[in-house]
Amino acid sequence: MSTITPLRPPESHPTAHEATEKKAAFGVAQLLEATPGAFRKLHPREMWHNPVMFIVEIGAALTTALAIAEPFIGGSGSSGGTAVPASFTWGIAIWLWLTVLFANLAESVAEGRGKAQADSLRKTRTSTTANRVTGYDPAVDPMAESTPLVALSSADLTLGDVVVVTAGELIPGDGDIVAGIASVDESAITGESAPVVRESGGDRSAVTGGTRVLSDRIVVEITSKPGETFVDRMIALVEGASRQKTPNEIALNILLASLTIVFVIVTLTLNPIAGYAGSQVSLTVLVALLVCLIPTTIGGLLSAIGIAGMDRLVQRNVLAMSGRAVEAAGDVTTLLLDKTGTITYGNRQAAEFIALAGVAPDALRHAAAVSSLADPTPEGKSIVDLAARQGFDRQIAVSGDVVPFTAQTRMSGLDLPDGSQIRKGAGSSIIAWVESSAALSSTVRSELDAHVERVSNAGGTPLVVASADATGVARVLGVIYLKDVVKEGITERFAELRAMGIRTVMVTGDNPLTAAAIAAEAGVDDFLAEATPEQKLALIKREQDGGNLVAMTGDGTNDAPALAQADVGVAMNTGTSAAKEAGNMVDLDSDPTKLIDIVRIGKQLLITRGALTTFSIANDVAKYFAIIPAMFAGVFPGLQVLNIMQLHSPSSAILSAVIFNAVIIIVLIPLALRGVKYRPLSASRILSRNLLLYGVGGVIAPFVGIKIVDLIVTLIPGF
Amino acid sequence: MDTLFAILQVATLVLFLVLLYRPLGDYIAHIYTGTKNLRVERGFYRMIGVDPTSEQTWRTYLRGVLAFSLVGVLVLYGIQRLQAVLPYSLGMPAIPEGLSFNTAISFVTNTNWQSYSPDVTMGYSVQLAGLAVQNFVSAAVGIAVAIALVRGFAYRRSGTIGNFWVDLTRGTLRLLLPLSIVTAVILIAGGVIQNFNGFTDVTTLTGGTQSIPGGPVASQEAIKMLGTNGGGFFNANSSHPFENPTAWTNLLQIVLMLAIPFSLPRAFGRIVGDNRQGYAILAVMSTIFVVSLSALSIFEASGAGSAPQLAGAAMEGKEDRFGIFGSTLFATTSTLTSTGAVDSMHDSFTSLGGMMPMLNMMLGEVAPGGVGSGLYGMLILAVIAVFIAGLLVGRTPEYLGKKLGPREIKLASLYILVTPTLVLAGTALSFAIPAVRDDVTSTSIYNSGLHGLSEVLYAFTSASNNNGSAFAGLTANTPWFNAALGAAMLLGRFIPIVLVLALAGSLAQQDRIPSTAGTLPTHRPQFVGLLVAVTVVIVALTYFPVITLGPLAEGLQ
Repeated sequence: MSTITPLRPPESHPTAHEATEKKAAFGVAQLLEATPGAFRKLHPREMWHNPVMFIVEIGAALTTALAIAEPFIGGSGSSGGTAVPASFTWGIAIWLWLTVLFANLAESVAEGRGKAQADSLRKTRTSTTANRVTGYDPAVDPMAESTPLVALSSADLTLGDVVVVTAGELIPGDGDIVAGIASVDESAITGESAPVVRESGGDRSAVTGGTRVLSDRIVVEITSKPGETFVDRMIALVEGASRQKTPNEIALNILLASLTIVFVIVTLTLNPIAGYAGSQVSLTVLVALLVCLIPTTIGGLLSAIGIAGMDRLVQRNVLAMSGRAVEAAGDVTTLLLDKTGTITYGNRQAAEFIALAGVAPDALRHAAAVSSLADPTPEGKSIVDLAARQGFDRQIAVSGDVVPFTAQTRMSGLDLPDGSQIRKGAGSSIIAWVESSAALSSTVRSELDAHVERVSNAGGTPLVVASADATGVARVLGVIYLKDVVKEGITERFAELRAMGIRTVMVTGDNPLTAAAIAAEAGVDDFLAEATPEQKLALIKREQDGGNLVAMTGDGTNDAPALAQADVGVAMNTGTSAAKEAGNMVDLDSDPTKLIDIVRIGKQLLITRGALTTFSIANDVAKYFAIIPAMFAGVFPGLQVLNIMQLHSPSSAILSAVIFNAVIIIVLIPLALRGVKYRPLSASRILSRNLLLYGVGGVIAPFVGIKIVDLIVTLIPGF
Repeated sequence: MDTLFAILQVATLVLFLVLLYRPLGDYIAHIYTGTKNLRVERGFYRMIGVDPTSEQTWRTYLRGVLAFSLVGVLVLYGIQRLQAVLPYSLGMPAIPEGLSFNTAISFVTNTNWQSYSPDVTMGYSVQLAGLAVQNFVSAAVGIAVAIALVRGFAYRRSGTIGNFWVDLTRGTLRLLLPLSIVTAVILIAGGVIQNFNGFTDVTTLTGGTQSIPGGPVASQEAIKMLGTNGGGFFNANSSHPFENPTAWTNLLQIVLMLAIPFSLPRAFGRIVGDNRQGYAILAVMSTIFVVSLSALSIFEASGAGSAPQLAGAAMEGKEDRFGIFGSTLFATTSTLTSTGAVDSMHDSFTSLGGMMPMLNMMLGEVAPGGVGSGLYGMLILAVIAVFIAGLLVGRTPEYLGKKLGPREIKLASLYILVTPTLVLAGTALSFAIPAVRDDVTSTSIYNSGLHGLSEVLYAFTSASNNNGSAFAGLTANTPWFNAALGAAMLLGRFIPIVLVLALAGSLAQQDRIPSTAGTLPTHRPQFVGLLVAVTVVIVALTYFPVITLGPLAEGLQ
């Protein structure tokens, strides 16, 4: 077992987040910026995609025509037995246009938030010069040092071209490094300023067009067609250009459309029936009634909610290749989480020194610490830290030859000037090393085995320490208990997930015993030990056969089949092109923990839609109580009892309802963009909460709102 | 005294329904899931060339329903047109084309709207060979469609939803026929007549002569109630002493109307393998029923106006032997199921009271609704409620482990569109087309003004929802009403059935998703409340304007 793990890229990215969080605020400036777009969207061709608002636009056009024609056809007259003021039709017409504009504004604002991001991305796409290798032959000249280069525009690169990029140059297109290693500044797409290392052959061979090579020289094979690069796709996603409606959105649209049809029928059939009862209603009032009843609030905000949902992911540096994936994330029932980096910190930490019988604890501590002083790995540091806490003076000067860890010896150590040696490493290797001088006694052997087994069973990694004096007599000192430290707070997050109905499965290469111990400590529901990519794939298929939706993260090429099979496959940006192709999301921060955030965003997106739909429908109750008495109380005074809001006059009641209907869209834009609050609770509790807030609240709010608007409208002469 | 009588009636009713719920529900589930066939059934399957072990896709199932119903309409039309040459016609002539058309549709669609006065229109042959047969099979068709939808929820990755011919046969032979025979005997014991006497002329006490009709009434009455048909043997329907002689037969008829519809949720729970789901649906139905019954009883007991106040309650149009509560309980039952039978005249209810039967039907008759149609109507509403609730909890909505995607929501939404469209369009057209309007106002409407509007609205509500209850007052045997109500009944029955079966097919194809803590539980009071709210809100939003113009404007004057 290795004591040295390669350095991982830094995991926290405060800067990228802070920058985007600020943008999330919703202000007047954004509204002004979005206004021209709102007017452009008034074109019927654009409106056609949103049937609910399209009907409002037709209504607005109709009432405007009526308002213009009115003076020539005998004034505003009366409706339902009540006289209406001359400015009534104009008032309704104006507010109907505003209703449409407000809805368009919501969409424009949502799109505007993505635009800034798209613009900065576009800058990276500017054409650069690429040095194409002609006749690249990896066998003869892998670094393309003696092969002729041709300079051409990056826009002319095609799939399969091989280019050379040297320090200071921009990488001309997406590709895989075929030779060389380099540090690359990817801040243009990730917002992360620390450079990352990219090298050929491993799981970090993918490079992205538009990022800058900071050191060294690499040979890159282009893997994307011009115009279809990663950055191109990102721009399209961020701008919402390639936004496709998700299944739930389509279903909701259908429900809204059928509600709209019901209300169209209600309004169309009203006049013949009312006519018989002797209470013909004017066309303007009918249009006002229709617009108030159809679900304009959700209809106007629906696309803004969808765009903002994608945007929230982008703000967390996650790119979803489709809205469908975001929605699927909300439905996920099984999460496959890699142990390392997600559940545990990427590195093990020394937790205990276990000295063998007859060995002074000091001796073991000293040997362990001294041999680790020159060890730069987190494990090495943690050994020194632990020893220091127990009284080891880390300032002492130690000279000697460091014996580095190799995969062959599976141990590291220090050769001191006096000829004595210290070694630490995997049990079998150390025993072999000790036994090369003298055989271990069976008591030592069994004591050591007991310690090693105990550490392993507890989920830790046993590191055996041995020393040899100047004469070459070796003995085992004891064991360092390297603990796989479970991340702080992760247990609570798993409990949250369980409450949300999501099962967590830990995937690890560890043996089943170690895996079981860590799984129990972290509180995951299940684990897959000694996992191979094939087993991962099989596990996903098994879960899916049981009707579960599976989410996972991955970075390696061998993860690709599993990523493709999973319902939500999040590829790490540090991963290979194959992994990024296979997954339906890419995490630019390469932080596997983010899977949990993605699930949360997916749910939030759905809940926001549901909440505003409920609110919109619940609003109709109050609007009926405003408009119906206004329409008929002139002929049937008894219906005045339905005017429970005590609105001033029929015209003020109807206009107030229309104004409220328009203004509520503006009021709810921030909610649509931000998304409703999501707390990880069980489904029933979330439902109770949201029904109370948006259902009951949706019934009450317009009663208050319309009354307030009415008090203001009353100030207009004639109303 | 009245209160005590009311409490006793409710207690008896609840007791019977509680006693019936589990055994009858389980029996129904058993009928439609069993694999054994009776000998008579096997003979019948051989005769019509059906393999009872084969299952049908939803399209095939639907073709079966439509073909069977079309044949039913044609046969029933033929029998009526040929009445003059049939035996036991009591000398009555052939029934006119328009009326025959309307009546044929009316009985095949389980509506039993009667534009005619049966005592003087239909002889025994038409009653028995025509109408009674449809009373059985139209009810069996309704249950079959409901069971097909339930199978959609229960089946996993299945291309089929059962076999229509098997469902139809079993429903008729094993459920409706035995129950009808038993109840007919009880009804006879209760004083309902059963003879072939034709008309008997008697001399009354004052010396005048009166022609008293006889007939095989009890046998008709049993299936009229059990199958939520509602077509009376006499014009006065269940207020006629020969159909419904006493207060206890009145209560028995109420039990009969509710028996199967209230037990179907149990069958549903059994078939989907979770009885709690059945209880939830039952709770929704019961809640709406209790609220509606209370409202109507209050409106009638405290009826405004001088006559009701002198009488102590609005007794106009009600039978003394049933009293206020016997009448309101019957009216609520009849209009919340799709029966449409009456033991009192709804037209004579107080204005607000008259609104309640109308509202009951506008609810889509789902509490508990007609045999079968009530359950599938309620399940459609549950689909809508689950969809909204699913969005509110952040999961793709699923009901009983089945995902509700665009296709399912499309079908459910269209279902909800059908009856309001028919009701509102029918009512509006009656007043919008000048020639029709003249005919409607001069010939059909009995009371002018707002009450007349309610009469027309009631007729279209009743027909489109396949209830068959009449507000009285409206003369519906006119070319316009025979044709328009006929069309409303036809479309109001079969468009929903097409959508329900399509939904069943699409649900059956899905696998069943296991439920987790993130799944919305659909058996708790919370969901029951939501479903009640969705049911009421959808109706309230659709009908508020017309209700305001009709009964509300009249009642609030």
